[in-house]
Amino acid sequence: MTGQGQLPQSPISGLELSNVACVRGGRMLFNGVSFALGVGDALIVAGPNGVGKSSLLRLIAGLLPAYAGQILRHGKVALADEHMALDARQPLAKALAYWARLDGGSVEDVAAALACFDLSHLADVPVRMLSTGQRRRATLTRIVLSRAPIWLLDEPGNGLDSAALALLDQAMADHRAAGGIVVAASHQPLHLPGATTLALEAAE
Amino acid sequence: MSALLRIIGRDLRLSLGSGGLGLPVAFFLLVATLYPFAVGPDGALLARTGGGVLWVAALLAALLPIDRLVAPDAEQGVLDQYAVRGIGEELVASAKIIAHWLSFGPPLMLAALPAAALLRLDAKTLASVEIGLLAGTPGLAALGVMVASLTAGLKRSGALAGLLMLPLAIPLIIFGAGSIGDFGGGALRFLAASSLFLAALAPFAAGAGLRALRD
Repeated sequence: MTGQGQLPQSPISGLELSNVACVRGGRMLFNGVSFALGVGDALIVAGPNGVGKSSLLRLIAGLLPAYAGQILRHGKVALADEHMALDARQPLAKALAYWARLDGGSVEDVAAALACFDLSHLADVPVRMLSTGQRRRATLTRIVLSRAPIWLLDEPGNGLDSAALALLDQAMADHRAAGGIVVAASHQPLHLPGATTLALEAAE
Repeated sequence: MSALLRIIGRDLRLSLGSGGLGLPVAFFLLVATLYPFAVGPDGALLARTGGGVLWVAALLAALLPIDRLVAPDAEQGVLDQYAVRGIGEELVASAKIIAHWLSFGPPLMLAALPAAALLRLDAKTLASVEIGLLAGTPGLAALGVMVASLTAGLKRSGALAGLLMLPLAIPLIIFGAGSIGDFGGGALRFLAASSLFLAALAPFAAGAGLRALRD
């Protein structure tokens, strides 16, 4: 289960898990998960429902403590899960600008990131009016805006049409070309050339 | 520091957007308006009891937005996003306390002016109420965020939060109402001390509550 990526000498971004185990609600979801990702690498986390794909992403993000093992992160992390974390009453661009400013960015970045996911025409629409696919794209826009080298995407393709999936593939490719890392838990086939696949199995 | 200010700004904007400013003030003034109807137009009685009534109204007004303080942010993943960015839970809690105070503390102090007229309070009593509110409302805000953080993970936590907060707020009420009158100086100091104690403790208690929400 070890990825091909080698941590470079002076990593801009890197992610290394060794023998990580996760216990939720008194039940061990998985154990012995190890991989190492370096600049430009991608990992697809696969496995049946409930095996702990989302929990693995939350472990990497530091939101859950690992039951055992070690997680080494070089660089900041951006997490896209089922929560949009955008204020429902605000126009999309303003809601995104809140996170952009917290991440040290500016309002101009928002416009560029919106264009990445073809949302520019919705910049002034309140977040609560967005459709499922548009909400998903808004969440991904927040990830692009974060400027974090490690992207953790939980089912990023859910609810996206084929045009939006192509935009997602492009965004992930650009991110990897710039030296970033993508970890995606997905049921849908994602276009991540050269990505390692980690098949999570339930712990015995 | 800039993260603190941004979170304060956002929470303040959200509470203003959802009627946060108008609601506590309207509630406060409503109590001040209804009380003379309930006890009768006896000016001396009103002047003697009015200060205490204002304190009860202030406590209940602080309680009004309590289910909006933390629970929506937890449900929408905003707290997770703070954590992913390495923004500490104590900092988030401090920002929420400051934003909550700004959304009801100063407005109540302003609303106390017309309320004092309705209750026939003299200038000296009004001054005691204003100073007491200035000293006591930060404690109420701290209590509110603390209780909101501890109950945010529960379904329909609003009523439970009220039940939890009211007994904890009793010292503030006693010293707050006690600070009105001729011998109120000692009570005012106790009020300030309780408020300071709560404001110092709450970021840590609330921070622990926010951390526990993630599990």
